[in-house]
Amino acid sequence: MSTVKLTVNGKAVAVDVEDRTLLVHLLRDHLNLTGTHVGCDTSQCGACVVHMDGKAVKSCTMLAGQADGASVTTIEGIAKGDELHPMQAAFRDNHGLQCGYCTPGMIMSAIDIVHRHGDQLDETTVRHELEGNICRCTGYHNIVKAVLDAAGRMKVSQAAE
Amino acid sequence: MYQTTYHRASSVDEAVSLFGKSSEAKFLAGGQTLLPVMKQRLASPSDVIDLGKIKELQGVELSGDVLTIKAGTIYYDIMQNADVKKAIPAIAYLTSVLGDPAVRYRGTIGGSIANNDPAADFPAALLALGATVKTNKRSITADDFFKGLFTTALEDGEIITAVSFPVPAKAGYEKMRHPASRFALTGVFVAKTKSGEVRVAATGASQSGVMRVPAIEAALKANWSPAAIDGVSISASNLLADIHGTAEYRANLIKVMAQRAVTAAG
Repeated sequence: MSTVKLTVNGKAVAVDVEDRTLLVHLLRDHLNLTGTHVGCDTSQCGACVVHMDGKAVKSCTMLAGQADGASVTTIEGIAKGDELHPMQAAFRDNHGLQCGYCTPGMIMSAIDIVHRHGDQLDETTVRHELEGNICRCTGYHNIVKAVLDAAGRMKVSQAAE
Repeated sequence: MYQTTYHRASSVDEAVSLFGKSSEAKFLAGGQTLLPVMKQRLASPSDVIDLGKIKELQGVELSGDVLTIKAGTIYYDIMQNADVKKAIPAIAYLTSVLGDPAVRYRGTIGGSIANNDPAADFPAALLALGATVKTNKRSITADDFFKGLFTTALEDGEIITAVSFPVPAKAGYEKMRHPASRFALTGVFVAKTKSGEVRVAATGASQSGVMRVPAIEAALKANWSPAAIDGVSISASNLLADIHGTAEYRANLIKVMAQRAVTAAG
């Protein structure tokens, strides 16, 4: 057992876990943040994507101990109170989710994509960059539309801040 | 995953010392291969020693005609690095088609070559470019480093610290990506050194892991063009065969990927 200290969604936490615990299990089983999903468990589907120190990583392919000292943001941490994050709002408005299982990972990856590409984002880039996230409803068309829509909204909301 | 004990090393020396105190330890770099293998219970190290926070293993340096990438540098940083793009753009490209964005934020060049997966991308780049692997003990040429499937010249407790690439005259990489795993169904790296030597390496193709392709090297030495590879015959014996492709399919892929790589190299 080890004590892992990290910041999750802005709050400092210290969690006692077995050394073999994956970051996704620390989040889900110890902090009850079940928005982050385990889909494939083989690092391919992206349902477990969270941000660690601002970068989108697969939390099923990290030991909790590797996140010691890091700042982690999950799907539960991106809205401002009742106001959805622009990416969440764009997913809702564009029907970017069907069963919803892949959605948290899609949204966390998509925010990272917009952060990296900003104004340069086009449909081809979104499709290429989302290749680490699998939607088994195959609802990619509206997901891509949502990401492009959100890229514009995130620019507006950043400018307003 | 079986029980294990996690350690975070802050220096190469500390990592070596931790390794010496454990019964069956494994070094953990980005973890994008080791952790999936541990989750499948195909590996059960008593201890994992995390190299991810060791500062001396981070960074890229271009000095004259040698590009050095430290072992712990993540793929994303390699892909974005101005010196990499300038000196050997084929490496930046290879990194951009390796895994997916989340994997590229964690995976490292040292982890890739230490694992030596038969379908990993970086072994092909090292072999084709005639790179040198630096460890905490010695320097090993790429020709001597890769010893077959998941096997390298590394000894117990030896840690890769950097990889040095001679800057080539021309280089290109192309691969047929597996649509789910992004591993190379077959990938080919072609390079022409500044002294005119041609080296070609294929990954994802051979049952013995990454390999040189002498027939294509000879054809390109005589005539550096995709057309020069048309007449080359690649034997399917000793090539990988699985549900994704037969040995004959991979033999043909070696030619096609080599032609595309030459086109990319210019």
